[in-house]
Amino acid sequence: MATATSRERRLGRLERSAITGVLVREIVNYSSYWRAATFSSTVEPTIYLLAFGFGFGSLVSTVSGYDYINFIGTGIVATAVLFSSAFPAMFGTFVKYQFQRTYDAILAAPVDTEELVTAEAVWIATRAGVYGNVPLLVAMLFGLEPAWGMLAVPFICWISGFGWACFGISVAGFAKSIDNFSYIVSAVLTPLFLVAGTFFPIEGLPGWAQFLANLNPLHHCVELVRHAAFGWEGWSDVASVAFLALFGLLMWRLAITAMTRKLIN
Amino acid sequence: MTELAIRLRGVVKRYGEITAVDGLDLDVPEGTCVGLLGPNGAGKSTTMRLLTAQALPDEGELELLGFKLPDESKQARAQLGVTPQLDNLDVTLTVEQNLLVFSHLYRIPRAERRDAIQRALELAKLVDRRGARVDELSGGMRRRLLIARALVHRPRLVLLDEPTVGLDPQVRQELWALIDALRSEGTTILMSTHYIEEAQRLADTVMIMSHGKAVAAGPPSQLVSEHAGSEVLEVYGPPARLAEVETEAGARGLRTRRTGTSVSILGIENGDGIGIDGERRSANLEDVFVLLTGEEIG
Repeated sequence: MATATSRERRLGRLERSAITGVLVREIVNYSSYWRAATFSSTVEPTIYLLAFGFGFGSLVSTVSGYDYINFIGTGIVATAVLFSSAFPAMFGTFVKYQFQRTYDAILAAPVDTEELVTAEAVWIATRAGVYGNVPLLVAMLFGLEPAWGMLAVPFICWISGFGWACFGISVAGFAKSIDNFSYIVSAVLTPLFLVAGTFFPIEGLPGWAQFLANLNPLHHCVELVRHAAFGWEGWSDVASVAFLALFGLLMWRLAITAMTRKLIN
Repeated sequence: MTELAIRLRGVVKRYGEITAVDGLDLDVPEGTCVGLLGPNGAGKSTTMRLLTAQALPDEGELELLGFKLPDESKQARAQLGVTPQLDNLDVTLTVEQNLLVFSHLYRIPRAERRDAIQRALELAKLVDRRGARVDELSGGMRRRLLIARALVHRPRLVLLDEPTVGLDPQVRQELWALIDALRSEGTTILMSTHYIEEAQRLADTVMIMSHGKAVAAGPPSQLVSEHAGSEVLEVYGPPARLAEVETEAGARGLRTRRTGTSVSILGIENGDGIGIDGERRSANLEDVFVLLTGEEIG
């Protein structure tokens, strides 16, 4: 049989060459839109940083023992991660699926949905791992002291970004139309973004709100970045990394389920 | 024995209440070009999606290049090229970048990538437009690129879903030349179309589909002579006259079909002196199609 030879090597799951193929597509495309992506992913958090830093900074000088600009400069990293992962994942996935039909072309090649979703999330996480550092760099211009621990920030951003990318892909996978995104943005992302300990410490919130804030992946990102800048806090940081890893893992499987339902029917 | 590149047996695919593919058998021998002919909604595109495992069958067996679908679909897809009906090129990228991306998706080894892209550019006659962004190309060029993108890894089997839909006649002919060249290289092709002429020119075997079923299959000329005879008399006139013609022809045992403004009387080569004025023409696949399905096409 002529087909016997081609059968010898069964293609497995999550193959590196399939993931590389999808990543190459993203990287080549990025060369055509990096300016816009970089602009929105860096300018927005920087505006928050400046507005809150100067606005609130004139009312309060220290929060939880930190200078307010340092408090917010580290906290806003999580915002930058969210803006450069969850949002591009939601909109990008929907556009590529619904309007550009890119995924039809990719899935006709030897790439499975699981590999496609994984590669897309890895790519977005990597961007978040880079863009997440911008607020920290801006804050340094306003007096944030560099610290060795900050070298861990790209990793913290990557792992958070991976979870949020998968979250965004899941939303796009389950959404019937792009208008449904408004519900997610208003009811999920905005509260999480505000109650993450970015702008004010969650210690001042009622007990139930503190409890909920501890389930917010953004809060763990905020905590880790602050500790990276001002001193690690041992097991609490390990627990935060574990929480983010778990969040990433759950969202990853959810995104694969959502997109498989959408793409294979 | 000729190997089958595609083998479908009793394939059923339902979407809710709708049965898109309804017990389909299909054989595509290696090295041939098979055309799926049918109107919109006949199940051609669903069949194509089943072959890339983007749709999962409810019943039946599917085999592609010896691999069982959907379980071994990925191996099959490595040797398969697909041109979708809807253009899904990356429009902000150049011609060459689009091919580069697919040379990676199709796992062409680094050392062979350049040559593969060059070959695809030549095939699509886009060598001098390699640096142009896709959104600067004409419709015909885009479609040629879409086909070339599916050929970059020299697939054994190519699926063309309505390769010339929505294009000018002139552009369509350019694409026919491209597909014909591919065919003469020995690539197996399964092509869906609702253009009669396209199927007649390019396909070795045509399968006529209607409501998810195959209603007839064979070489185009054989289908025509089997079902519609060789000559047709086409009679034009006002509706009342056309109705009369139908009755007259029916009385002589001849079959007719309506084509909007005319009635076609089929198989007139045997009926001498039928005494009706009209234009004689050769029978074609459209006659077969309408006879077998009662539907207009294209």
